[in-house]
Amino acid sequence: MSLRVLNGFKFSSLKTPVHRLDPRAKFLLVIGIIVPSLLFTNIYLLAGLLIVQVPLFMVGRVTKRWLQSLRAGLFLSALIFVVNFFTGPLVNAVALTLRFLLLMTTFSFFFMTTSPDDLGLAIDKVGFIRWLSRRWLGYPNALSFTFTTAVRLVPTMAVDAQTVVDAQRSRGLELDKGNLLKRVRNYIPILIPLLLIAIRRSLELAEALEARGFPGKEGRTSLFELRFKPVDYLLLGISLAGIILSFWVFLYYRVPTI
Amino acid sequence: MGENGAGKTTLAKQLNGLLKPSLGRVTVDGDDTAKKSVAQLSRKVGIVFQNPDHLLFSETVREEVGFALKNFGFEPGVVLKQVERTLEALDLAHYADTSPFLLSGGERKRVALAAVLAWQPDYLILDEPTIGQDYQQKERLRNFILQLNSQGKAVVMVTHDVEFVAECNPKVVLMSKGQIVAQGQADEVLSDDGLIEKASLVKPQMAKLFSQLSEYGFPRDVVDVHRAKMLLEEKLTEVRVRVAQSS
Repeated sequence: MSLRVLNGFKFSSLKTPVHRLDPRAKFLLVIGIIVPSLLFTNIYLLAGLLIVQVPLFMVGRVTKRWLQSLRAGLFLSALIFVVNFFTGPLVNAVALTLRFLLLMTTFSFFFMTTSPDDLGLAIDKVGFIRWLSRRWLGYPNALSFTFTTAVRLVPTMAVDAQTVVDAQRSRGLELDKGNLLKRVRNYIPILIPLLLIAIRRSLELAEALEARGFPGKEGRTSLFELRFKPVDYLLLGISLAGIILSFWVFLYYRVPTI
Repeated sequence: MGENGAGKTTLAKQLNGLLKPSLGRVTVDGDDTAKKSVAQLSRKVGIVFQNPDHLLFSETVREEVGFALKNFGFEPGVVLKQVERTLEALDLAHYADTSPFLLSGGERKRVALAAVLAWQPDYLILDEPTIGQDYQQKERLRNFILQLNSQGKAVVMVTHDVEFVAECNPKVVLMSKGQIVAQGQADEVLSDDGLIEKASLVKPQMAKLFSQLSEYGFPRDVVDVHRAKMLLEEKLTEVRVRVAQSS
C-alpha cells in the first residue's frame, strides 16, 4: 500500500503548461492553498480548494496517478475520519479528512509536476537558504543539493523497497500475518536491508561527488536559468492575494465549519 | 538468457507467485499460481535474488540461513540440522557465527544461496548467480548445480554469462522484449549467429572457433570444451593415420 502512495509524489517528465510553470511561483501556489486549508475548517472552502486543482491535474496530465495515490491513501483518511468521528462532531471529522486529502493532493500536484532539477535551481535562488547553507555547511549550494538529492532518491528507494519485499516474501515472510506486534516485527527484515542500502548508496554518492569536484567554486553557473513568465507573475499575484485574504479573514471574521 | 529488460526476472518472479499473470495461467506442479500464496509456492520454488544486500539482515550467518525455515514452520531440531548441512555444503560452516555484513561480496552471495537452499526447494531459480564471482567460485557453483540436478531438482538460471552456460550445455531459453525467441539445447542456440545477436549476447569462444573451423568439416554447434576436444582429437588421429599411410 505504502508504495503506491509514493507514486503520487513521483515526478513525471512531461512538457505541459503546468510542468513549465516556474517552480517558485508554483510553490507559492501550494502555500496559497495550504494556508487557508490550515486556517479554516469550512467544508465548502476545503472542497472548493480540492476541486480547483482538478483542472491543473488535467492540464498536467497526471490525473490518473493522482487518483491512484488518493486510493492508496484511503486507509489513512478513513483512520483520520474514524478517530475524529469518535472525538468530535461529524462535520469536524469530514472537514479534517478533507483537509488531509487536500494537503496530500496539493503536495502531490507540486512534486508530480516539478522536476527535481528545477526545484534545486529554485531553492538555489533563495538568498536565505544560500546564506544558511554557507553558515552551516560551508558552501552556498550544499543545502539545495541535499534537498534535490533526497527528492531524487525517493523513486530509487521505492524500487529497492519492492525488491527487498519480494526477496523476503520468497523466503516465506508473510507481512500481514500475526497480531499487531508480530506485524510490526515482520518489517524488520525489510527495514534493515533497506537502511543499509541507503547508507551504502549515500557513501558511494559522496565519493562520486568528490571525484567530480563537488562543491566547486562560488558563483557556479547553470545551463538552465529560471525566468518568470507572465503566467508565473499571474500565479504569484493570485497566490499572494489568497494568502493575505486568508489571514485577513482569519483575524477579523469567524468562519463556521459548515 | 536475453538482453537487459527482456523480461527474464519478470518471468522468474511469476514462478513463485511474486507476480501473478495478467493474462493466461502459470502452474507449478499443476497448481495455479494465482490461487496460491507466495509463501506456499516458495516452499517448492526457491528464488535466489541477484543482489544479496536485498535480503541479508540477521546478526549471524546461521540465523540468516535459518530465517526461511522458521517462516515455513520447521521443527527447531530440523532447522538446526538443515542449517548445518547447508552451511557445510556451501563451505560456509566456519562463518556460521559471523555477521553476514562482514563477509566479502562473493561470500554474501553464497550466504544468500544458502538461505534458499536450506529448505531444499524442488525448483531452484538463480538470478544472475555468477556476477562478482571469481573463477573458482564459479567452478564450485557449477558443480553444485550439476549435483542438485542429479538429485532430481530443476535449476533455472537467469544469466548473461555465456561461457558459464556453455560449459554445462543445458536447455536454453532465449528472451527478447518480453518474448521467448528461441529454446533448445545450448549448443544449438548459442552457436546461431542470428539468435545470439537478437538476444544481444556474445558467442561462446568455442562456438566462435568452430564456426571458423567449419571449412575443415567441423560442425558449427560446438560450445563446450569437452566436445571440442573430442572432435579435435578425432580429426588429429584421422590426419595422423592419413600421414602414416601416405609416407
